[in-house]
Amino acid sequence: MDIFLQQIINGLVQGSVYALVALGYTMVYGILGLINFAHGEVVMVGAMVALTSLQVLLGLAVAPVLAILVSLFVAIVACMALGYTIERVAYRPLRNAPRLAPLITAIGVSIVLQTLAMMIWGREYHAFPQPFANSLHAVGGAIITDVQLGIVIVALLMMSGLMLLIHRSRFGRAMRAVAENPSAAALMGVDINRVISATFMLGSALAAVAGFMVSANYGIVHYYMGFMLGLKAFTAAVLGGIGNLRGAMLGGVMLGLIESLGAGYIGDLSGGFFGSNYQDVFAFFVLIAVLVFRPTGLLGERVAERA
Amino acid sequence: MTHPDKKLLELTGVCKHFGGVTALADVSLYIQEGEIYGLIGPNGAGKTTLFNVITGLYQMDHGTFNFDGNVFERSKPHLLAQAGIARTFQNIRLFANMSVLENIMVGRHVRTRTGIWGALSRNSSARTEELDIAERARELLHYVGIQRPVNTLAKNLSYGEQRRLEIARALATEPKLLALDEPVAGMNATETESLKTLLQSIRNDGITVLLIEHDVKLIMGLCDRVAVLDYGKKIAEGRPEDVRRDPAVIAAYLGGEAA
Repeated sequence: MDIFLQQIINGLVQGSVYALVALGYTMVYGILGLINFAHGEVVMVGAMVALTSLQVLLGLAVAPVLAILVSLFVAIVACMALGYTIERVAYRPLRNAPRLAPLITAIGVSIVLQTLAMMIWGREYHAFPQPFANSLHAVGGAIITDVQLGIVIVALLMMSGLMLLIHRSRFGRAMRAVAENPSAAALMGVDINRVISATFMLGSALAAVAGFMVSANYGIVHYYMGFMLGLKAFTAAVLGGIGNLRGAMLGGVMLGLIESLGAGYIGDLSGGFFGSNYQDVFAFFVLIAVLVFRPTGLLGERVAERA
Repeated sequence: MTHPDKKLLELTGVCKHFGGVTALADVSLYIQEGEIYGLIGPNGAGKTTLFNVITGLYQMDHGTFNFDGNVFERSKPHLLAQAGIARTFQNIRLFANMSVLENIMVGRHVRTRTGIWGALSRNSSARTEELDIAERARELLHYVGIQRPVNTLAKNLSYGEQRRLEIARALATEPKLLALDEPVAGMNATETESLKTLLQSIRNDGITVLLIEHDVKLIMGLCDRVAVLDYGKKIAEGRPEDVRRDPAVIAAYLGGEAA
């Protein structure tokens, strides 16, 4: 078995998930200048809703393909509603407040959502149903599963769709205009509040898909799963240059690869002293390194571009 | 079709305070359809504040605001844009990292409809609309005389071109009233002259123009009527040549007790 190739595949799969979640962070940051730390919990809620929906549908003996599609749809709708509500209730009243206020609120929202999820779904780990045999494919000495293949393909589709939407449509233009200059956009007839709501809903829809993906990949769902995933995706967004959509995608994939290769080789490199359980350390090394050496990220713009 | 006697915009008793500072004190004025109306006054007189009230960026504390037969009490900028008011800024506010064409296309937002679902499905009406928007944007680019590749980023235009682009973007909203905040500030004589020609052709196309300007020559040569603000009050109004001789105006500009 080719360890290197295997780690590349694992990294790409994990990176696709990071990229989808990082897009949610970066879109909200681009438009409001706010780090929505509750975004990771939206991913968790997406996974939980998909779990319940799958359990119910499979219990009713619905065809597996249909059950998966419907559950994904239900999770997306639930997360969009959640994203809309979070913005409306927690962030909009603080639109003109000092920047620290919404940031702390975001952490508060995150705790509230985690606790609510714990009350609804309990503290235990849930097995995510797998209605299909997850068959394996050999790729030049490494292995990729159906689920992993699905993750990469769906993520690619969603990201190209998002890019088209943002660069080739009236809505996307309005969104970029609000990000550049809200008051000028408003004077062009753009309803800023609507654009902001739509941005949160769009990011949450991507989060729901990401939640479904990680659950299907690992087969496990837990109320705390959004926390670490959210931090990693935030790191990916910073790595690519927060506020930059292409940066979020690049940062996501790169972070996935760094983590996966790091976890794969840290044992050899440290003579067995560190194991692959140190995987999470890499993400935060990356975060610190980026913040120290290139705070604007790989594709970010210089902040003071024009006086 | 313009009606010379129709009041397009009418403000009565407009007041605006910032803390203890009175920026606008009981300002009343009206603008007739089809005219070029000038707003002048020393720095800090409240001209830009009045602009911000008219375009919905500020809410007035007192007064009435009537535009094209509708009363606006507390209004939002996008609703006033919809009603037919467009503006440019003293300090240019383009979407710097978007292309020249896209800047104008954003201006079409208020007159177009496709929402996020239409954009996602890319149905035929959404595609047709998108083509119309781009086509209209090209026409406007030509109209204001910007000869650049349409994918040039707005931030890479010359200063004079940026001003023109801002006007084109405002025109894209199909305004009834175009409000320009110091459009020739920082321009040289040639650029000023060609902008004057542009403003005249805009008026000839039936759009009413409201102008804040320091360039007295431009005001005199272009405006049908002029109002003078000083310390948030309207101290004179009328034809440019009359206003110029008004003792109160001379006092405001030169200071002291003229007349």
